[in-house]
Amino acid sequence: MTVKLVLRGKEYEVKPGMTLLDSLKKIDILSESVIAVRDGEMILDDEILKDGDLVKLVSVISGGAQ
Amino acid sequence: MKCRACGAKAAVNMRQHKLALCKEHFLDWIPEQTARFIKKYRMFGPEEKILVAVSGGKDSLSLWDILRRLGYNADGLYLGLGIDEEISYSDESRRLTEQFARERGLKLHVVDIQAEYGHSIPVLATLTHRGQNRPCSVCGVAKRHEMNRMARDLGYDVLATGHNLDDEAAVLFGNTLSWQSEFLLRQGPVLPEHDGLARKVKPLCRFYEKEMAAYAILRGIEYMYEECPFSVGSTSIYYKELLNRLETDRPGAKLAFYLKFLEARANGLFIQPEDAPQAMYNCPSCGQPTQYEGKCSFCRMMEKAQPEQ
Repeated sequence: MTVKLVLRGKEYEVKPGMTLLDSLKKIDILSESVIAVRDGEMILDDEILKDGDLVKLVSVISGGAQ
Repeated sequence: MKCRACGAKAAVNMRQHKLALCKEHFLDWIPEQTARFIKKYRMFGPEEKILVAVSGGKDSLSLWDILRRLGYNADGLYLGLGIDEEISYSDESRRLTEQFARERGLKLHVVDIQAEYGHSIPVLATLTHRGQNRPCSVCGVAKRHEMNRMARDLGYDVLATGHNLDDEAAVLFGNTLSWQSEFLLRQGPVLPEHDGLARKVKPLCRFYEKEMAAYAILRGIEYMYEECPFSVGSTSIYYKELLNRLETDRPGAKLAFYLKFLEARANGLFIQPEDAPQAMYNCPSCGQPTQYEGKCSFCRMMEKAQPEQ
């Protein structure tokens, strides 16, 4: 079993037992640029991810013409 | 991590403020802070009529929600840009904006650029050869023109946009890299009204983009998650990512960059050059103010888009 993180339809897998922050570092995603949602609840950087967790990452950056 | 206010599990951690809050307290904190910024920067008073420029994105819909929660008289303005090529970006963002207004009983004005002027923004960009394969410059000119026209014609006192701190820091970063002193002089939470230009305010300018996304999600606001297809790979997004790398290593760096800039500007770091044009002219075509004599950028652009006689 692993932890799955999904950002814009792309799936990433990391080992369980790490914090969200360390998991994001592993897959080279900045914590500052995403909001993590697990089971419908927002989770923070210090949350330990467990076996079988599915974490949806919501990109916070929007942009375009000013 | 625990909420500083009540000790419950925190939903949001704002490292730049060393402040973690639960859902309930965060949803109270955002309007409280917005009210503080509105007062601090003298954006508008309780009796003034506000027109909120709404795009269907998290920032503008959240701004509208916050202003209504604070009891302001705020209506919405949606501009249909006609960006519906690869994905139905404009159609979907309009649907979400109309749904937001309908569910809350709010007044929304809609201007469809194609219906009004005969061409969508991407077509206007092609016809006028502006921008390098991107309609962003055309879009910016059209949005500024139409927002000002609507605010003025409909008698609103102030035009509010949902720019957050990341937007402001990215613009500031770009203008600093190229030392655009004229733009640096004008950037701020309030652009005062003058000579037919509506007052423009940015009540969310001190909130991080992540906080605004958290607010929209926790308030259950259904917003346009997809980016504008033309913004993918844009310089502004690149600058935001760079600044987020800096923020990750040095929490508070983005906020300090923007606030120290405002302080420096207030202390006179940037001054208007003596030869800068002082008076504004009226565009002979649409009547809107323009910095130089003759037609404004928007009318020149529309003229260029017409078939040659």
